[in-house]
Amino acid sequence: MNPIKNASRREFLKLAGVGSGALVLGTVMPGWAPAWAESKTAESLSEMNLFVSIGSDDQVHIICHRSEMGQGIRTGLPQVVADELMADWNKVNVIQGLANEAYGSQNTDGSRSVRRFYQTMREMGAMARTMLEQAAAQQWKVSQDEVQARDHQVWHTASDRHLSYGELAEKAATLSAPEKDALVYKSKADFSYIGKDVAIVDLEDMLSGNTEFGIDIQMPDMLYASIERAPVLGANIDSVDDTQAKKVSGVVDVITMPQFSLPAAFKPLAGVAVLASNTWAATQGRKKLKISWTDSEHASHDSAKYLDTLKQRVQNRGKVIRSIGDAYTGMMNAVQTHSASYSLPYLIHAPMEPPAATAVFKDGLMEIWACTQTPQSTQSTVAQILELEKDQVKVNVTLLGGGFGRKSKPDFSVEAALLAKQTGKPVKVTWSREDEIQHGYYHAISAQYYEAGMDDTGRVTSWLQRTAFPSISWTFDGKTDAPSDGELSLGFGDLPFALDNLSCETQTAEGHIRIGWVRSVSNIQHGFAIGSFVDELADKLGREPRQMWLELLGSDRHVDPEPEGFKYGNYGDPKEKFPIDTARLKKVLNLVADKANVEQQTAANEAWGISVHRSFVSYTAVATKVRVKEGKLKVLEMHCAIDAGTIVNPDRVRSQMEGSMIFGLSLAMLGEISVEEGAVKQSNFHDYPILRMHQSPPISVYIVESDAPPGGVGEPGVPPVAASLANAIFRASGKRIRDLPVNKHLEV
Amino acid sequence: MIEFTLNGKVQKVEADADMPLLWVLRDVLHMTGTKYGCGMAMCGACTVHLDGDAIRSCTTPVSAAAGKSVSTIEGLSEDTSHPVQQAWREHNVPQCGYCQSGQIMSAVALLDSNPEPDDAAIDEFMQGNLCRCGTYPRIKAAIKTAAGKMGGKA
Repeated sequence: MNPIKNASRREFLKLAGVGSGALVLGTVMPGWAPAWAESKTAESLSEMNLFVSIGSDDQVHIICHRSEMGQGIRTGLPQVVADELMADWNKVNVIQGLANEAYGSQNTDGSRSVRRFYQTMREMGAMARTMLEQAAAQQWKVSQDEVQARDHQVWHTASDRHLSYGELAEKAATLSAPEKDALVYKSKADFSYIGKDVAIVDLEDMLSGNTEFGIDIQMPDMLYASIERAPVLGANIDSVDDTQAKKVSGVVDVITMPQFSLPAAFKPLAGVAVLASNTWAATQGRKKLKISWTDSEHASHDSAKYLDTLKQRVQNRGKVIRSIGDAYTGMMNAVQTHSASYSLPYLIHAPMEPPAATAVFKDGLMEIWACTQTPQSTQSTVAQILELEKDQVKVNVTLLGGGFGRKSKPDFSVEAALLAKQTGKPVKVTWSREDEIQHGYYHAISAQYYEAGMDDTGRVTSWLQRTAFPSISWTFDGKTDAPSDGELSLGFGDLPFALDNLSCETQTAEGHIRIGWVRSVSNIQHGFAIGSFVDELADKLGREPRQMWLELLGSDRHVDPEPEGFKYGNYGDPKEKFPIDTARLKKVLNLVADKANVEQQTAANEAWGISVHRSFVSYTAVATKVRVKEGKLKVLEMHCAIDAGTIVNPDRVRSQMEGSMIFGLSLAMLGEISVEEGAVKQSNFHDYPILRMHQSPPISVYIVESDAPPGGVGEPGVPPVAASLANAIFRASGKRIRDLPVNKHLEV
Repeated sequence: MIEFTLNGKVQKVEADADMPLLWVLRDVLHMTGTKYGCGMAMCGACTVHLDGDAIRSCTTPVSAAAGKSVSTIEGLSEDTSHPVQQAWREHNVPQCGYCQSGQIMSAVALLDSNPEPDDAAIDEFMQGNLCRCGTYPRIKAAIKTAAGKMGGKA
């Protein structure tokens, strides 16, 4: 076993095998006062957070404070440090950071690990390199200008002398850290690792099965727990008969979980846990439980009826969140208009590894190992619910077998902690696939209405759009009954079109099941609807789709929705640094349309569809080619262009885009969670299918060369996929699909 | 007591006869390279070889392995040098890595039975292995590379 290494700041030194002679650096996160530390001892480390250390054995150790879930961050961030450090990648070791506020946010979602930490990582590398150069210059009694770091060594060319980083580490650690402003960074032309295809650091372990995911934690005397949870949100346990369950061989205990009131937030659901000496016994025992549940206000929730309600609501004027001119007058003055409504069902994440967490409570310390995207909220939620101090909760981050937003919710770790505290033993809670699909935090069900008015030249002068879906905020406050500004910032209120008249409106939508964020969040429904509606207008007006997009996007400019009344979130980044740039949208659109040659004649029953979308401050365009014949869909080919600014690891950007195409096809073609009498109907991959290899097309990815600051990569590929697919289907078959998933309309 | 060969060595286990092989491997023998994904043979994450055939260990009772030979990802090679592992490395196939043990074990079984699979044969054999990260294009490419290494067509 080669478990993923976790480290607290002090343990880091121990794990790294470094003594007081090592050069150890830390920095504070953006938004904090710059406070580089010239640390030499474990004592002085206590105020620091991100670390690079160099041991006398020449080994470099870098802490990754973000969670690895397939995006390659355990490779990407250390690549940046190592490049500025001019380190030998073969001597770089990556250590996983424990939950610790000092790192800044560790919440690995929102496609922001590189976006937020690229510059910090460069500073860390450049700082360490500068100190090593200083140390060498002092040793040789020459000016620092005369020495240069290169290939894990510092060189004095004039005298042909060199010292390894390991030889210099102890001396470097005695020096004062240089001012941040004085650091000299490598130029792009000199990058060794940034922008290069570095293989992921966990590759060998993944090929040999030697990895440690959340579900893989093993401990002596550990109990395996399987929990039967309330089928309806808000239902509690009325009575439990566990007689038969306890008779199952291997079952050790049956424990009723504490019941928490709504709002759901990150609290565990009501349930009964069966604890056993192995997973199989626990699940067998669980099947024998006889539980009667109390009623819940959400027991009448029916997703089909609810979607009809939402579809009705968006036909009516809603709350205006952004406007230009007067869209209603514009519609009246229009020579022609076109309107369409779109809907998407609830969706669930379905990471291949379901949620799993192990906890031990010993001597007042709750230690947790979990496949979590968010070690800090795991720590704070466990502390709050179990009435512990935060420093009594230690959270180790394992590898994640996929995340997609599910593992940003710490409810499953809380379950393990509660059971560990009650039993006094190590407890691993493993969610079954059924648990994952039926008790998740769902992507919101949604309905939208779009209307456009055109003048006598066919120019779109008026645009009206309405959206309605239950808000993630409702999960946390139980009150919010309409989309929040944060969700509307995801592809709706930031519509980048050049229009004389615009009205962006919301309609009410109350929550009934836990709503959460799923890869690209509300961009999923907004990207689908806007991307489809543009294609409908192109058809109506007799334009090529690409031409329609270019007309709507208008001149090269930065779009700012704020003067038009919308408080735009811009993914938490300043609009000055990351404006909504129509030129970049057009660039990826043209790139993908040219590469795929979308305007070329296709065979009968075959056609291309395109769409383009900005999300997580990156720009993505997708072209999808399909064949629709005798009611059967075949996706033949996909092309994807991304402009994510500066790229750290192109191979991992390509792999994220490939994965995003397939994730997008999954949800568009197959994804549907339905709810009857308050309970989720689907339960496993037979009725919640995800794309299989034979449904997956060849994919070509094009990365725009850019020196802009790094944008998101994990999510921006997803939003244009569904629209590009529906548009291709329409052009191949004349069938316009406005209600996902596609498999309700065509065989896939 | 049930006895079978595991990665070339005799293995005896004390477990209920109907316990799926997956949980015997993971919870009894603490070999966690083989993964749980669905528990109903829908996803392939638990794929191992039983007498050389790819099977879903989550729905195979351990009693079915009695007297037979079981191979898991841990036994594929000492040093990740199996041609399929090499091909996976060349194509940087894994993202999160979770389903990859099952994918690799399926690919090995495919190439054992069909040394020169075309796209249709790869689709047919591999469609039982789900990957939520979407590594399918690379898996397909890696299988072709591995076929070349193993003497089939490149």
